[in-house]
Amino acid sequence: SMFITEPGNLAGVQHIILVLSGKGGVGKSTISAELALALRHTGKKVGILDVDLCGPSIPRMLRAQGKAVHQCDSGWVPVFVDQEQSISLMSVGFLLQKPDDALVWRGPKKNALIKQFVSDVAWGQLDYLVVDTPPGTSDEHMATVEALRPYRPLGALVVTTPQAVSVGDVRRELTFCRKTGLQVMGVVENMSGFTCPHCAECTSVFSRGGGEELARHAGVPFLGSVPLDPELARSLEEGRDFMREFPKSPAFPVLTSIAQKILDATPTQPS
Amino acid sequence: AIEEIKEKMKTVKHKILVLSGKGGVGKSTFSAHLAHGLAEDENTQVALLDIDICGPSIPKIMGLEGEQVHQSGSGWSPVYVEDNLGVMSVGFLLSSPDDAVIWRGPKKNGMIKQFLRDVDWGEVDYLIVDTPPGTSDEHLSVVQYLTAARIDGAVLITTPQEVSLQDVRKEINFCYKVKLPIIGVVENMSGFICPNCKKESQIFPPTTGGAAAMCQDMNVPLLGRVPLDPHIGSRSCLHGHYSCHSLFKEKPETGRRAARWLSVHKGIQEFCNLHQSKEENLMSS
Repeated sequence: SMFITEPGNLAGVQHIILVLSGKGGVGKSTISAELALALRHTGKKVGILDVDLCGPSIPRMLRAQGKAVHQCDSGWVPVFVDQEQSISLMSVGFLLQKPDDALVWRGPKKNALIKQFVSDVAWGQLDYLVVDTPPGTSDEHMATVEALRPYRPLGALVVTTPQAVSVGDVRRELTFCRKTGLQVMGVVENMSGFTCPHCAECTSVFSRGGGEELARHAGVPFLGSVPLDPELARSLEEGRDFMREFPKSPAFPVLTSIAQKILDATPTQPS
Repeated sequence: AIEEIKEKMKTVKHKILVLSGKGGVGKSTFSAHLAHGLAEDENTQVALLDIDICGPSIPKIMGLEGEQVHQSGSGWSPVYVEDNLGVMSVGFLLSSPDDAVIWRGPKKNGMIKQFLRDVDWGEVDYLIVDTPPGTSDEHLSVVQYLTAARIDGAVLITTPQEVSLQDVRKEINFCYKVKLPIIGVVENMSGFICPNCKKESQIFPPTTGGAAAMCQDMNVPLLGRVPLDPHIGSRSCLHGHYSCHSLFKEKPETGRRAARWLSVHKGIQEFCNLHQSKEENLMSS
């Protein structure tokens, strides 16, 4: 408990943002990774903490898979994604012996590892720490929120896809935020619409408009709709820096504007 | 509880788990299609159990939102979509669709135990269990509770990208670890069929060869590949008021598309029948 009450390894971290969604596969990790890249391009130092213990995706998305975490006096040294060391990353993916190993753990073990992730990673100085979570409202989420509470997270980004099922789950996630006292910074709608490369017809693959409607209903900001973009999908597959390499892609302006809204919503520090 | 569940499951012929490493790849949609597909034969009794405690989507997909579970002398009664298709989900126990089930492991496990022990399924040919993503409490619990009752096997759902496949490999290793037979892998959202020009394109690029290459690699069967089809995604199923049922009845265009699903269902049925005859052989020998 000494670790929890002392700022320790998070002392140099200015702002903490959690990325949540009720449903899986809506693009939490995509949004976390692209948000980190977009913030990096505005000159910020960013850390990503991947607390998806059963299915960590961030290492691959940022081409860091297979890298190892080292120990230092103050704990684990996160993996730097880029040469400039502007993005650092901690994920259970770095602790598995083989990438295909399944972490078959029940709640208490997961909670212990998350506590360790929060207290024992030597982040150093960061402008933002983006915390990517697994889907749902269960052990990992409660453990993460509880462990981070003393450090006063800025809030949560809630990611959804437009279809009704997903929107139902995200409503439950908003309830979770309310119950745990986590401020909702805004709702991001992902995978809204796909432009057919054959006939240029734009189709709402997963139906349309759910995210904005939901945000209005819940009285929280709506941050934007990210379209289905094969270039984004491909660059995540290959671990490339989408925010640098694909400025003409349909998803680019929306992701840039979401990052800008996060910057605008960040209170300036009294120096 | 394992013995009680074994006793209860004596009236359930086949038990199938639907798994995926990653979320949002279409487990629940697939489970719903499979349930409807199997129930097309009116002599087949089908039960669909949703053990995604924190994010139950089955009630919405099956068009059963707002339904309540009834208590009878012999336990909880499932909600019936058809005479031969019963459904159970934690969604039926919530008072509002906004309610979040913020539960840690032990409470979720207790719920799953109750679902397996206390639901009055009756005589059932197929019990399809839809799971949450991952390899955690819910998965361990359902496998443990059903060990004595025997699970036929698991169907693993994935999408074509490596970010999803890498989680399926974990799921396959999970199956090995807990000795759960693998019926096969289904690749969902494999290509997108434009409703305007009907041509197919890739939304989720199979940069590492998709499920086909992974299955060959890991030596597990590929049951089939089904495309992303807005008619199935948003209209037939997800909006509830169009039931999945219609997918198998509509003709002829949707019928052709449904063929890809039906061949997957057939593969699963064949596996289960084989499993059954193996067990009967085992018992008679």
